[in-house]
Amino acid sequence: MTSINNLLDLRALAAKVPDGAKLAVAKDESGVAMAVTRELVRRGVRGLHLVTVPVGGLQADVLIGAGCVTTLESSGVTLSEFGTGPCFSRAVKTAAITLKDATCPAIYAGLQAAQKGLPFLPLRGIIGSDLLAHRDDWRVIDNPFAAAGEVDRIVAIAAIRPDVALFHAPLADRFGNVFIGRQRELMLLAHASRQTLVTVEQIVEGNLLDDDARSGATIPALYIEAIAPAPRGAWPLNYGDAYPIDTAWMQAYVRMARSADGFADAMAQWLVGDDARKPLVEARLGATAAVTADATAEATAGASA
Amino acid sequence: MTDPVTPTELLIVTIARLLHGVRHVAVGASSPIPGAGALLERALSNGATRVSVLGSRRHNAFTNGGVELFDLAAQGRVDAFFLGGGQIDGHANINLVGVDGYPQSPVRWPGSFGSAYLYHLIPRVILFREEHTRRVFVPRVEFISAAGPRDDGVYRPGGPHALLTGLCLFAFDKTTRRFSLQSVHPGHSVEEVRDQTGFDFDVPAAPVPLTPGPEDATLALMRSRILDEIGETYPNFAQGWRGTQKVAVGAA
Repeated sequence: MTSINNLLDLRALAAKVPDGAKLAVAKDESGVAMAVTRELVRRGVRGLHLVTVPVGGLQADVLIGAGCVTTLESSGVTLSEFGTGPCFSRAVKTAAITLKDATCPAIYAGLQAAQKGLPFLPLRGIIGSDLLAHRDDWRVIDNPFAAAGEVDRIVAIAAIRPDVALFHAPLADRFGNVFIGRQRELMLLAHASRQTLVTVEQIVEGNLLDDDARSGATIPALYIEAIAPAPRGAWPLNYGDAYPIDTAWMQAYVRMARSADGFADAMAQWLVGDDARKPLVEARLGATAAVTADATAEATAGASA
Repeated sequence: MTDPVTPTELLIVTIARLLHGVRHVAVGASSPIPGAGALLERALSNGATRVSVLGSRRHNAFTNGGVELFDLAAQGRVDAFFLGGGQIDGHANINLVGVDGYPQSPVRWPGSFGSAYLYHLIPRVILFREEHTRRVFVPRVEFISAAGPRDDGVYRPGGPHALLTGLCLFAFDKTTRRFSLQSVHPGHSVEEVRDQTGFDFDVPAAPVPLTPGPEDATLALMRSRILDEIGETYPNFAQGWRGTQKVAVGAA
């Protein structure tokens, strides 16, 4: 069982993500460990195979822009109402990253296979999509239980076994248990991954597993490698109802990250000093293009996350 | 007298009509207008239509994480859903990935999300894209994120039901695998729809009707309860919607 020894600071937690790791991260609504992402960029982690579960946002865009990512496995990267991830778009254009374009349920299925110790899990749908042609870890197989004389093709999704899962959660106790509330995909993430690193808003006294109202929504310490306290650890993203997204920061980021130089400037400001949560100061007027309504943002309308 | 119906309100009430009789409709990410339409149908049906809005805390009862929507869909427990597309073609294939080459796409969109899976499994998928131009509605999509119905023997209880745009409403016939024009929004014409659509579609012999707007009571409901409900998930959208009303009131 994890003890208080596994309670680390942000920098020490980031140090547990080795270069070249297959790193799985949670979607915005589930809890994004932005504070530790800042430490990863500071350290200059390299060669990540980033798996977004199942979609990515600011965190993926920053890691890609900072050159930390070699392979991106994702069903979508979007800054939602702030538009497309500018670093993601640039990296695709210049082939700076290898893409493993996915569809949301396939990422969950891959993790579920890993959770069960299986080589793959079959999934309906997908056949006919061009995604399939670009994935050698998705194969069309025949349903072995189809009625005699009937052919029922189905897609086998290879297991996704992340080296490290990284996410933000509301609470942990001093025994290393982590409360996740309704965000059940965090449980799947922890079950499927070799190691799980978590930042939390708060460390609570007592044992979360002793409280029946919480234990069912708690990841036991069995799965948790280390925890770092990080109040407002999802900033500049919102965290449930606890705090809102920092709209001004996001807008400035999107404008600056349109160019590689602007992104570098944004990173320099974000990474310097102890206080991460300061406003971004944009370059002189005219130095960055104004953000126009992005057609690509509209293109995602109705797509499922 | 009620203020004039805005184009957004016309789309919302049209979506509600397309959902009539549905037991359970799910609404994906970045979908404020479909979300408002679904919540309107829920209100009009006195709750008979169940709504799950992704990204909402109040209008989403899922407790098994992100996988729950996909599990429900595969079991046939989601009747309707919405998909968009950077490109949509006449066979209802949709492209959410990008154009001018793959994987090194000069124009890259966010990605396929759940489309490749849900399109096969949810019976009443409503395609929704406000921009109605030949850039969007193409003869053939350059990348198929999710494939329209085809004769490939694959298990496919789901698929496209309708396509709603800023100009008109099409129905999709799964047998002929073609779109047919159902109605044109006020202020637009069949000719304009033809000019702006890059694929061939069917037009009924009889005059094409105008897309009907909401009745006064429905409009009032939209501007009060529905606006509040969708505002929980999409505050900026709700603010914009309120803004257009103020303009309408000021002009009256």
